Amino acid sequence: MRESELINTDIEAYLALHEKKDLLRFMTCGSVDDGKSTLIGRLLYDSKQVYEDHLRALETDSIRVGKAGEGIDFSLLLDGLKAEREQGITIDVAYRFFTTEKRKFIIADTPGHEQYTRNMITGGSTADLAVILVDARLGVLTQTRRHSFLASLLRIKHVVVAINKMDLVEYSEDRFETLRHDYSDFAARLELSDVQFIPISALRGDNVVEPSDQMPWYRGPTLLHYLENVHIASDRNLIDLRFPVQYVIRPDGSFRGYAGTLVSGIIRRGDEILALPSGKKNRVKSIVTFDGEPEEAFAPMAVTLELEKEIDISRGTTLVRVDNVPYTSRRFEAMLVWMADEPLVMGREYIIKHTNSSVSGQVTSLRYRIDVNTLHRETVDRLALNEIGRVGIELTRPISYDPYGTNREMGSFIVIDRATNGTVGAGMIIDRRTQDADTETDTETETETETGGHVGARKSTTAGPKSTNLRSHQSLVSPDARAARAGQTPCTIWLTGLPFSGKTPIAYALERRLHDLGYLVTVIAGSTLRRGLSIDLGFKETDRSENIRRAASVARLMNDAGLITIAAFVTPLRSDREVAKAIIAPHGCHEVFVGTSIETCEQRDEDGLYARARRGEVENFSGVSAPYEAPTSPEVVLSLDNGASIDAAVDAVVVHLERSGALKRTSGHSQDKR
Amino acid sequence: MQGYHLTHLRQLEAESIHIIREVAAEFERPVMLYSIGKDSSVLVHLARKAFHPSKLPFPLLHIDTGWKFKAMIAFRDEFCRSHGLDLLVHTNAEGKAQGINPFDHGSKHYTDTMKTVALKQALDLGKYDAAFGGARRDEEKSRAKERVYSFRDRFHQWDPKNQRPELWNLYNGRIKPGESIRVFPLSNWTELDVWQYVHLEGIPIVPLYLAAKRPVVERDGALIMVDDERMRLHPGEKPTERMVRFRTLGCYPLSGAIESTATSLPEVIKEMLLARDSERQGRVIDFDQDGSMELKKREGYF
Repeated sequence: MRESELINTDIEAYLALHEKKDLLRFMTCGSVDDGKSTLIGRLLYDSKQVYEDHLRALETDSIRVGKAGEGIDFSLLLDGLKAEREQGITIDVAYRFFTTEKRKFIIADTPGHEQYTRNMITGGSTADLAVILVDARLGVLTQTRRHSFLASLLRIKHVVVAINKMDLVEYSEDRFETLRHDYSDFAARLELSDVQFIPISALRGDNVVEPSDQMPWYRGPTLLHYLENVHIASDRNLIDLRFPVQYVIRPDGSFRGYAGTLVSGIIRRGDEILALPSGKKNRVKSIVTFDGEPEEAFAPMAVTLELEKEIDISRGTTLVRVDNVPYTSRRFEAMLVWMADEPLVMGREYIIKHTNSSVSGQVTSLRYRIDVNTLHRETVDRLALNEIGRVGIELTRPISYDPYGTNREMGSFIVIDRATNGTVGAGMIIDRRTQDADTETDTETETETETGGHVGARKSTTAGPKSTNLRSHQSLVSPDARAARAGQTPCTIWLTGLPFSGKTPIAYALERRLHDLGYLVTVIAGSTLRRGLSIDLGFKETDRSENIRRAASVARLMNDAGLITIAAFVTPLRSDREVAKAIIAPHGCHEVFVGTSIETCEQRDEDGLYARARRGEVENFSGVSAPYEAPTSPEVVLSLDNGASIDAAVDAVVVHLERSGALKRTSGHSQDKR
Repeated sequence: MQGYHLTHLRQLEAESIHIIREVAAEFERPVMLYSIGKDSSVLVHLARKAFHPSKLPFPLLHIDTGWKFKAMIAFRDEFCRSHGLDLLVHTNAEGKAQGINPFDHGSKHYTDTMKTVALKQALDLGKYDAAFGGARRDEEKSRAKERVYSFRDRFHQWDPKNQRPELWNLYNGRIKPGESIRVFPLSNWTELDVWQYVHLEGIPIVPLYLAAKRPVVERDGALIMVDDERMRLHPGEKPTERMVRFRTLGCYPLSGAIESTATSLPEVIKEMLLARDSERQGRVIDFDQDGSMELKKREGYF
């Protein structure tokens, strides 16, 4: 049942559902000319987040100051302040909110022109994802490079490149592919770990919320579908326990609690911990909250800890695990973004605020400034408004920090001017382990810097919980050469169907048959993936989508290596299957629908999972408590109904693959029957 | 690993608690503005969570215009008593003596004197350097860019050009003597989040939020409740009993009710989700002119 119906029929059930949603924060980069405001306006409008009084006001405004000429100017929904509406530019970060059936979203809407660096850094500092808009007619421009560089500097984990105004290039696939190439070439120099390209028309609504009829060649997700399903749970750092003490709670002599927010990691009652910078050991006596005393707490929860020993701990202390400690030092190197009209003055005392510590310090060295448009490094002696440089900082007392690349909260700081109290700079600490190496390579890579991005951040990837290196080196072995060696052309055979429809037994029987025919072939099945690679995933829809993305990526790698791959996954959603096909596309993905009827599936279900799902004991069970969307045009349809055999199913697949030319022998390797 | 997941409401809750604690740690004399509305109820609830098992390390401050609904005042006193909260109430004595009221002086002059001026008086009197408020960014267009820490000069004025960038969760709380900040821990909450949280946590709210038979008159398209004998009826106006509730609460002559049958919280949420107008629509003061909230903010209104 859709949410809107649920609100009407069972509000309590709706609330229970809504309450479980997670939160995605994303930023949008682009200028009004790219159609950014129109895009956000459409997301809000199509997801029905615009109230009628706002819409009425909007219609009035569109007539008075609008730029759209005719119709509703969506950008007027967004430009908040009166002054800037009259000037016609957005000059600050605005936050928007919307909710869909899957997630709650917070958009940090940053302007493309004026004060772009300062505003983008502000808006992006809390974002999980960035949407970078590219005008399909104009292609990858200086500002696209600038936005991408800043997203990379901020280590935003996911980037969507929305190729907008496809309607103005006749929805051309060639144009889209050209831009995808151009962008990928440029982005290889940056630290972007996950880039998704989506062709859209914000004005006409193509691929924003609804899939486009105009671009049948595009088989990936719509923008909203991607935003709803992108896997963000593993972006959090749950490995390194870091608890900066924020406030000491002492209601009376008998209780002393250390209040704060876990910025990363998990803490449990009884854990041995270390207080930094003093280095004294202690143990967690209890985790205290208003709602009781849980056994454990994890990032980003705000809790209070009671410790066994009364030692000197106050605001500014960081509690960590004994065997996993951050750096503690007065000196570090950082990428610094300058945000004030008055330039950075070397050697002047500023206040550095880092986690819960405010410490006096100064910038002792300025190695270079980086041009955000060209990525060139320049030797300079000052940093002005909106400029970014690599600096050395020295504080009057030590702080405990991690590199920004591994830990956003432990690696970021702001610079405060002592005279004006203004926030004048924002910094990201560079991994110390790479700092010395960087110094050495600095001189010899002068020429490389033209194309090279910022070395500090690039090199620190090894420390991250997740590899963030998009730099795609070309393999020196071509697919043809590999196919010739393996004696076959690799592809993936994707089996989809209800639980217990017979996918996995068919997959293994097919594997045996193809092996016997002399092919190099392997199987990846849901059960094996979930015991290993996807052990961190559950069964809610976003997790299932992520599982499929991983499965498809593995299939792709297998194909890259020359192997024929048989994938057996329920894959209940059409959209997930499209994502999988897009990932595997270069090798060919053959969709096989195991369309055994649900009655037969239930008979084959020896574990009684169907019965349990019907009793409500198993959540999200495809076909019972979650949808199964049957494929509309599979290459082969199989069924185990009416006593049909697995062998017959295998025959049908092999015949199809041979007739369609998918099973090709590329050299005269002898058939090796064993 | 799959268990280590916070829902959007728990994330918002943690973020708000962080902000409240940060202010308590860095400011000398914080105060929490208490309007008695649902957002205030949530704010106080979060503050109680932030400092548990201790009491709040700051008082609550209510600006009483003298024209609040009786049910609000009764709720306020009971709420503060039962939770052991330290409540301060301030009224602009000068305005009261002059008999400033919403009927004779117009909504603009009345609001300015009894709310904005009164608030500045109370903040000066208490020498407060930080004042928590329950405003949210989704309420109105001009608030979409509001900071969590909103910087005010010694005259409590807000200069949109002189606000500090806010990065990560690092808040710059440094001010000069006489200056202050307004803090909005609910910045990233939406109206639905607030209601859902009230429901989830069982937070008490003023009964006026639920539909009941109440005496109202229809005036300029708004339903105004006749809460006491000071209500001036226009010639020919006669209060009638109608099933109504309020989406926002303030001074009764300036608060428009809506007709409703929602007598429970889930029903209110249902009506809200199906509603076609935003909640501020019922707030008479915003209708003056476009950008009016922004103008009021510059003058020192919340």
